[in-house]
Amino acid sequence: MNFPGSGIIKGMAVTALNIVGSYFDRAHAKRLITEQYPEERPKLAEASRSFPFLVFDGDDPEKGIRCVACKICEKECPPQCIYIVKDTDANGKPIMRPKVFDIDISVCMGCQICVESCPFESIRMDNIYEVSGYDRFAPLVLHKPQLLKSNAYYHGIRPTEAAATDARIEAARLRKEAAAKAAAAKVAAAKAAAAAKAAGEKAAETKPTQPE
Amino acid sequence: MSASSSNFFSGTADAGALEVSLGPHHPSTHGVFRMNVRMEGETVVKLQPVFGYLHRNHEKIAEKNSWLAAMPYTDRLDYICSGTNNWAYAVAVEKLAGIEVPERAEYLRVIVGEMTRLQNHTAFLGFILGDMGAWGSALMYAFREREKILDLFEELTGARMMLNYARFGGVRCDTPAGWLDKARAYLATYPAFLDEMEQFLTGNEILLSRLQGVGVLSAQRAINGGLSGPVLRASGVDYDIRKVDGYSIYPRLKFRVPRGEVGDCFDRFMLRLLEARESLKILQQALDQIPEGPVVNPAVKQRGFKPPAGEAYGRIEGPKGELGFHLVSNGTEKPYRYHVRPPSLINLTLLEEMCLGTKIADVMVILGSIDIVLGEVDR
Repeated sequence: MNFPGSGIIKGMAVTALNIVGSYFDRAHAKRLITEQYPEERPKLAEASRSFPFLVFDGDDPEKGIRCVACKICEKECPPQCIYIVKDTDANGKPIMRPKVFDIDISVCMGCQICVESCPFESIRMDNIYEVSGYDRFAPLVLHKPQLLKSNAYYHGIRPTEAAATDARIEAARLRKEAAAKAAAAKVAAAKAAAAAKAAGEKAAETKPTQPE
Repeated sequence: MSASSSNFFSGTADAGALEVSLGPHHPSTHGVFRMNVRMEGETVVKLQPVFGYLHRNHEKIAEKNSWLAAMPYTDRLDYICSGTNNWAYAVAVEKLAGIEVPERAEYLRVIVGEMTRLQNHTAFLGFILGDMGAWGSALMYAFREREKILDLFEELTGARMMLNYARFGGVRCDTPAGWLDKARAYLATYPAFLDEMEQFLTGNEILLSRLQGVGVLSAQRAINGGLSGPVLRASGVDYDIRKVDGYSIYPRLKFRVPRGEVGDCFDRFMLRLLEARESLKILQQALDQIPEGPVVNPAVKQRGFKPPAGEAYGRIEGPKGELGFHLVSNGTEKPYRYHVRPPSLINLTLLEEMCLGTKIADVMVILGSIDIVLGEVDR
C-alpha cells in the first residue's frame, strides 16, 4: 500500500481505532479514562504531596503539638514561606512551643525539605489540592489552627510513612526511658553506695566509741 | 508594516519588507518566547529571538540559599524533565565534594532519568504536531502516555512534575513496594504505543512535506554553535554524553546512539522516536539489574552541607542536550557561584540560521523541532 495519500489513510485508521476502540476494546479503554472530577476523586498515591501540615498527638491540638519551635524548617525552607514565633510563659520566658506558625501556601512549592529537616517528626506533607480563596493573600496564609492535624489523619493519608514515624518515636521514647532508668539506677546505686559508705563510716566512727 | 525605518532591527528595511513580532504570547507550547521576523513576501530574511519573559533569577536565588535549597529550584528549570535537572545538579555537587553514590541510587537515577527522557520525547511528538497546526489527536495520545509515567513519578517521589528526587550522594527515598514491577509492566506496553505513533505520523504525506528539508543544519555548524543533544545528533554528529563521559552506570548498559543524516526537522523528529526506543532498552536493563542496598550515602549531611572550597563542572545528557552545572564553592553553606549551562538556550542560538530563507509558517516547526522549554532558556 504505497499510493499517494496512503500515509494519511494509515494515520486516520489509527485515529478511528482509538475512537471506536475507546468504546468497545477494553485494551484501549484501559489506557486512560477521563475522571468525572468533582463527583469522582482520584485516589492519590501514598507519596503524593502538596503542602505541609503540623502533626499533633492525642485529641488536643494545643497539648499534643509535636513542634517545639526550633525554627529549623523556617531556616531551611527554600522559598522562605514559613514564619514561626516562639511562645512565652507567664513570666515572659520562651518555651518550647510555637505561638505563631504560618505557612504561606501561595509561596510554598511543596518541595518537602521542611519535612526532611524536622528533627521532631512534627511537620509532614499533606495531599490536599482544593485550596483556593477570594483574595490573593489572606486565605492562602495557613495559620496554626488550620495547619494542626491529628496523627490519625496522618495515618489516614500515609499509612506506611506514619507507621514508620510512630515506630521511630516509640523507639526514641524507649531509648529515653531506658536511659532514664539506667540513670535512675545509677543514681540509686550511687545513693546506696553513698549510704553504705556513710553507714560504714558511721560504723567506723561509732566503733571506737563502743567501748565507752 | 514598515517601509523605511525598522521597528525591531537597527538600520533601515527595504521597501516592501514586512516585520512581524511573533509572540510573546505562547507562540507554541514551549513557553513565553518572542521572535522578531523580517520577511520579504513570506520568506524570512532576518530573525531575532527575544527572551527573558520567564526570567526568575534562578542562579542568584541559588547563591542566596543553602546548597540543598537549590535542588527544588532546579525542578523549575526545564519543567518537562525535572528528574534529569536534579540529577545534573547532584552530579556537579558530588564532583565538587567528592561524594560516592551507592549502587542502587545510581540505578534509581538512571530509571528516573530515562523515564524523564521517554516522557519528554513523547510530549515532543505531540508538541511538534501542535506547532504544525495539527492540534489535537497527536498531543492527546502523547499526553495520555506521558500521564502514566507522571503517575509512576508521583508514586515514587510524591510529585508528578516537580520531583525533587536526587540528593547529594543518592536519591531522597527508596521505591514503594511493588513500584519496580509496576514500572516494568507499564513500560512493556510502551513499544506498542511508539509503533502506533509511527503508523499515525511518520508516513503522513502532509507531515513529511512540512518536515523534510526544512531547517537544515550542517554538522559543522551544529558543532561550531555548541549544540548538544538530539539537535546535534540529528545533524549526524555522534556525540552523546552518556557514551562520551560514561557517567553513572551507563557503561554497563547496552544501548545505541541514533544519528540523523540530513539535519532537517524530519531527522530531529525521527531521532526522538528512535531515542525513545533506546531509552526503553536502558530502562529494561536497569529495572532487571537493580540491586538492593541503601539509596543515599549516609556519610553526607544534606542539611548544613558544606563542600570544600573549589569549583566543579558536572554534566549529564539531558533529554534536550548537555545540561551542566558550574559550581564554585568557598567552603561556606551557600554556593559562591552557581551557573547553569542549559541545553535549550544554546540550541536556540542557531535558530536564525535555520530559519533564514524559509517560509514564515516553517519558523514554528523549526522552533518546535529544537524542543526548547523557556523555563530553562530564561532561568
